[in-house]
Amino acid sequence: MAEDALRAAEASARDAYGRLLARLALRARDIDTAEDALSDAFADALRAWPRDGVPRNPEAWLLTAARRRLLDGARREGARRRLSEAAAALLAATEQPMPGDTPFADERLEMMFLCAHPALSQEVRAPLMLQVVLGFDAAAIGSVFLVPPSTMGQRLVRAKARIRDSGMRFERPSGSELAERLPFVLDAVYAAYGAAWEDAAPGGGGGLGGEALALAEVAAEHLPGEAEAKGLLALILYCESRRRARRSEGGEFVPVSEQDAALWDRGAHQRAEGLLRDAARLGRPGRYQTEAAIQSALMARAFGPPADSAMVAALHDALLRTEISAGAWVARAAARGAAFGPGAGLAALEAGGPAGLADYQPYWAVRADLLARAGRREEAERAYERAAGLATDPAVRRFLRRRGGIG
Amino acid sequence: MKVTFLIRETSEGFASRTDPERAPAYWAAYAAYFDALREAGFQIQGGALQPPHAATTVRVRDGKRVVQDGPHATSKEELGGYFTTEMPDLETALRWAERCPAAEYGCVEVVPNLEMAPRG
Repeated sequence: MAEDALRAAEASARDAYGRLLARLALRARDIDTAEDALSDAFADALRAWPRDGVPRNPEAWLLTAARRRLLDGARREGARRRLSEAAAALLAATEQPMPGDTPFADERLEMMFLCAHPALSQEVRAPLMLQVVLGFDAAAIGSVFLVPPSTMGQRLVRAKARIRDSGMRFERPSGSELAERLPFVLDAVYAAYGAAWEDAAPGGGGGLGGEALALAEVAAEHLPGEAEAKGLLALILYCESRRRARRSEGGEFVPVSEQDAALWDRGAHQRAEGLLRDAARLGRPGRYQTEAAIQSALMARAFGPPADSAMVAALHDALLRTEISAGAWVARAAARGAAFGPGAGLAALEAGGPAGLADYQPYWAVRADLLARAGRREEAERAYERAAGLATDPAVRRFLRRRGGIG
Repeated sequence: MKVTFLIRETSEGFASRTDPERAPAYWAAYAAYFDALREAGFQIQGGALQPPHAATTVRVRDGKRVVQDGPHATSKEELGGYFTTEMPDLETALRWAERCPAAEYGCVEVVPNLEMAPRG
């Protein structure tokens, strides 16, 4: 019995944390206070459920308990000074009938818009989303973003204080404002996923890859008319579907073109294809749809004839028109090399490009590969050496050294 | 919420106020901006300030008054004016900050006022 209760509490925690916090914080207009109240409510549940049994609707129970905690806190505050606005808002909210067995509206997307507010610094948006929507602690988030936990903790605290005090709108934006703000939300979700992706080891990134996927699911589900929200979800699903194939049994790095397609998750792949088609029907192309289309092409060989390499190169051209980054630049050169020969690839690589290429590991890896294929063996070796020197993932470093014949 | 806009001017901006060639455009831009704010229904308190050379900074240290000529800290962008008004949220305030002439060459700082509880 007690164990059942514990398991129920755990399941509710994982499942409902973001929904409950969104509900509480949007009403109280204060994330920090809502977090404290919610963790108190979970502590209450751990005491009450083993004793009284698991309630019929754990989520509603937790919401009621958290609201009671918030009100207790507000009353204590109110004894000292005027009842705060947060408390007044809460009192008003609790006068409404309790949700009972009816599920309440999911307001996680509103939270995501708040976390990706343009008035918050860009570096804090993805971490904040992971914390308030998915319930990750500062230490776990810090390790993924390579920032000490204390620094990450301070950043998150500052961001929440800004949200509370700067007068941000808590409601979901609409119309032109939604269009303006949505890219920030999608970028933060992608950044969260990207940070987790770096760590390809099984269960790497603290299991965060799958959780960032949950954020993308929320955005796509609640904004069915937004093509880019679908595009981002498709992109993440394509990448997730290859998770098991990214490392050999010995833990070595395996490039996409050499992965065992039998290890790819067919279900996730199929969903991604469907989303990408739906997105295209909306007739509003964008960066994430283009990236997803590239992923689709990379994986086509497992499901039929391999994609036409000239078409893949054209997709990379399109991507570079919307997103001028080192990643897009290097990937386009690699695609041109695959389609039109190593000479064309090297020409694309060397035709200018964004700043910072000299310290960008993939630049040297792609350059090395193109040089090797062009028969310029010595230069290729030096480029592999340089790439290996810039790599941060030991498996990637070993792979580059092997390729360069220097392992 | 009550919110205050701190308008920071560059030395160029301050110079434009009295330069015969640039002054008309400078003042016309601000007049249009404040007219637009009023027409949108915002009641405004505040106004333009003299350039930093007119400022005097006072501190009391160890019971002694220390007077310093000039603003408290010099930077490339100095306070050239301010106003306080009531706005629904930060988004609205940022949109109006964007329209302020100084935003283009100086900057505009948007700070919500601290709402004090009524005394007693």
